[in-house]
Amino acid sequence: MTKKAITIGNELKTSLLQKFDEVQMEMLGKEPLFIRSSRQESAQLFELLGFPTVELETWRKTNLKSFLEKTYDLEFEAQSGNEQDNSILQCEINQFDTDLFTQYNGKWIGEASQLRIYPNGTIVGSLSAAIQQYPQLMEPYFGKLANNSLHGLVALNTALFDEGYFIYVPDGVDHTRSLQMVNIINSKQNIFTNTRNLVILGKNARLRLVHCDDSMDFQHSFINNVTEIQLAEGSNMEYYKLQNKDDSTAIMTTTFVNQHRDSAFNSNTIVLNGGMVRNDTQVVLAGKGADAQVVGLFLMDRKQFVDNHVFIDHAVANCTSNQLFKGIVDEEARAVFNGHTLVRKDAQQTIAYQSNNNIQLTDTSKIDSHPFLEIYADDVKCSHGATVGQLKTNALFYLMQRGICERNARMLLMVAFVGQIVDRISLPNLRTSINELVRKRLKGELSSCEQCSIQCADPDKPLHFEIDMSLV
Amino acid sequence: MAQNEQDIIGEVTSSDYKYGFVSDIETETIAKGLSEEVVRIISAKKNEPEWLLDFRLKAYRKWVSMEAPDWAHLNIPPIDFQEIIYYAAPKKKAELTSLDEVDPELIETFNKLGINLEEQKILAGVAVDAVIDSVSVKTTFTDTLSKLGIIFMSFSEAVQHHPDLVKKYLGTVVPASDNYFAALNSAVFSDGSFCYIPKGVRSPVELSTYFRINAANTGQFERTLIVADEGAYVSYLEGCTAPQRDENQLHAAIVEIIAHRNGEVKYSTVQNWYPGNKDGLGGIFNFVTKRGMCEGDYSKISWTQVETGSAITWKYPSCVLKGDYSVGEFYSVAVTNNHQQADTGSKMVHLGKNTKSTIISKGISAGKSNNSYRGLVRINPKATNSRNFSQCDSLLLGDQCGAHTFPYIETSNASSIVEHEATTSKISDEQLFYCMQRGINTEKAIGLIVNGYAKEVLNQLPMEFAVEAQKLLSISLEGSVG
Repeated sequence: MTKKAITIGNELKTSLLQKFDEVQMEMLGKEPLFIRSSRQESAQLFELLGFPTVELETWRKTNLKSFLEKTYDLEFEAQSGNEQDNSILQCEINQFDTDLFTQYNGKWIGEASQLRIYPNGTIVGSLSAAIQQYPQLMEPYFGKLANNSLHGLVALNTALFDEGYFIYVPDGVDHTRSLQMVNIINSKQNIFTNTRNLVILGKNARLRLVHCDDSMDFQHSFINNVTEIQLAEGSNMEYYKLQNKDDSTAIMTTTFVNQHRDSAFNSNTIVLNGGMVRNDTQVVLAGKGADAQVVGLFLMDRKQFVDNHVFIDHAVANCTSNQLFKGIVDEEARAVFNGHTLVRKDAQQTIAYQSNNNIQLTDTSKIDSHPFLEIYADDVKCSHGATVGQLKTNALFYLMQRGICERNARMLLMVAFVGQIVDRISLPNLRTSINELVRKRLKGELSSCEQCSIQCADPDKPLHFEIDMSLV
Repeated sequence: MAQNEQDIIGEVTSSDYKYGFVSDIETETIAKGLSEEVVRIISAKKNEPEWLLDFRLKAYRKWVSMEAPDWAHLNIPPIDFQEIIYYAAPKKKAELTSLDEVDPELIETFNKLGINLEEQKILAGVAVDAVIDSVSVKTTFTDTLSKLGIIFMSFSEAVQHHPDLVKKYLGTVVPASDNYFAALNSAVFSDGSFCYIPKGVRSPVELSTYFRINAANTGQFERTLIVADEGAYVSYLEGCTAPQRDENQLHAAIVEIIAHRNGEVKYSTVQNWYPGNKDGLGGIFNFVTKRGMCEGDYSKISWTQVETGSAITWKYPSCVLKGDYSVGEFYSVAVTNNHQQADTGSKMVHLGKNTKSTIISKGISAGKSNNSYRGLVRINPKATNSRNFSQCDSLLLGDQCGAHTFPYIETSNASSIVEHEATTSKISDEQLFYCMQRGINTEKAIGLIVNGYAKEVLNQLPMEFAVEAQKLLSISLEGSVG
């Protein structure tokens, strides 16, 4: 007798597949064959897999049901009428000298939809523009790094993505100016977006990328994002992901990284707010000497939920990896960490660390930590550790004894706790800004949209956000 | 336990001999296969009361609706449950007349373990004379226990003599619907041990299945139930360091332990069933559900296991810490060699306030084996001020084997502390060099280092057991280093 399989979001699935049929007709002839065929295959796969349910081991703690039962507007149009000024939407990071690329509701507007080509050969901008102009650059990687069968959301994304960013850094180019990608969700309807990004670094290329996800209202939105990153020999990428979403937003990001010989991948994910956040990072260390540092910080309260999944595949010998996730959960928040390090046979001389430290502040919050090691080689140094605890009472006592009030003493300890992650940010301006943000967040002053001209910090008072043109 | 001579010769001479589960010496068996009818027959043959039959039938119906678990990191070949004989009356073995007829390899292992000749005869199934030490020991032993009111007998006897106690506790810790193999066991369990320590009694001796009549032939679906009443204490030993040869391929046992207020149970086991040959053929499937319930406040349950045998081990001795201030412990050494697979660990479920648990697991993989630790530590919202410490180390010998760690930590309150750490390493060349430089050969050096590595767990075993277990570790790893 077989168990009755649970399916969720059936209505949404049907309407998404319906949309696929429409899009497919529209796209016919417009898109190159490799995109069209991967869309088609993935749509079939999505039809088969459906949305991930708690029955899947890796989704056991992440229940999407309440978000998938909502009705979403799949036909929404980019609000091209609003000439939104980048300066007011420059995320929370002030005085941060970057080249800013802003997407609204997962789409590029106006001039931003053109690709920007730098004198050093770096190409940055809209994915759909790149599909038209540089299919030959994309073809070897697009859809090849992502594992569509990982779960239904990846397949759905490959089938139905409409926009995202494309970054190409040619061989030997160190793109010194940081790039900042901001995706702002601001819609009057509930929206469901499938955004897709592709980053290709040539041999010995270097890139610093900041990816911010913000939202500006309290409509429900569902962001399904897939990012593919190809790192050629000797390349180096710093990838900062800053998520500050309101409580009614579900954001699912899946990042696939393929690293070649001596490449370095440095990822830092900072989740400050978010109703339902899931970050999947899948790294394949495919060349000797590759190094992956995947770290993250999460500060959750109210009824927020965060799930960090990291899978690092040591496919060859002499690679190193490090996972470090720290978080503080307050009120009724829930945090999940699932780290999985796989050391394949003959991947000798591997050094892999995995660490997850949590501070649980209330009895109503919940922490699940699953640090996994799967090892098939003997000459390795692998270890992992996980802790759940509170602020040390003797440390608090020490501070208070010296005249620091309890509130400040607690704050000091928490700042010190998260400092280990924040200090790893190598860009000084970004580090300072994030430090400030984290402090504000810990003081409870930062809600999902700090820079927003309407202080809609109170989620119970839904406000429709209209751009004030006088500010522009 | 022992095979007849032909089987032994067969095994020694042909490498592709598969340890079958059919033995033509059994006397009274029922037809193979499993159905509701079979469950009724088993119950009737054992002259069981109505409620027990109901228990079995409910379990059977549940089992039919379940699927074999596939989440473990194991490669389990399909098991045909209709090919198994679910009831065999106490068997009379064709007895061997002297030790000369026993597999010489077995004798050699006995000698290495330091088992005396008389014991060797019992273990190998050689007919023994009427007067041997263990028999007389057993008689005095039974006297001591009955004076204290300790009940220690086979499960079937307990059903007849103490039905109220059995009824009160059976299935309270591991319900029949708990998992696939627990349901199967609940439906068809053959026999096992029942142990009850009355209020305030400390058992003066370590209870061991070794001393129980017919303990050897409890069959493949063993059921053990241990109850420590308020303030009682017992140390219970199961298994044997000697290689156990069994013709049943599938073993699905259940062990339930209940500790009332201030009660303490220490359960130690050494498992050394047939692991299959060097090419991974044959061997026992050991799918066991072991769980203890710290029912009362200040109660304590401690599991210690040394796992060296079985082709596949699927075993998670657990503690449910229900009483406030209760304590759960788990100490484990799991060794896998050749093609063995083990997925073992512990579950600690903290329900009561100020509960404490410790998990120390040492995995050793050699040959082409896979050894996984899988554990859960759950702190429930009401289990305030709870504490857990887990340490799971893996040692890899050779580059063909695998060592894995799958811990699950789930906490739901802000006053508990959970710590987990794990390392994976191999024996360093420096360590080996140091030993060899002092004239110790490689094999002995590895034995020495492995024993040092597992010391923390072996120390938890009762004395005599610990000495044997140490030797066993070295023997299990023999030939693993090329």
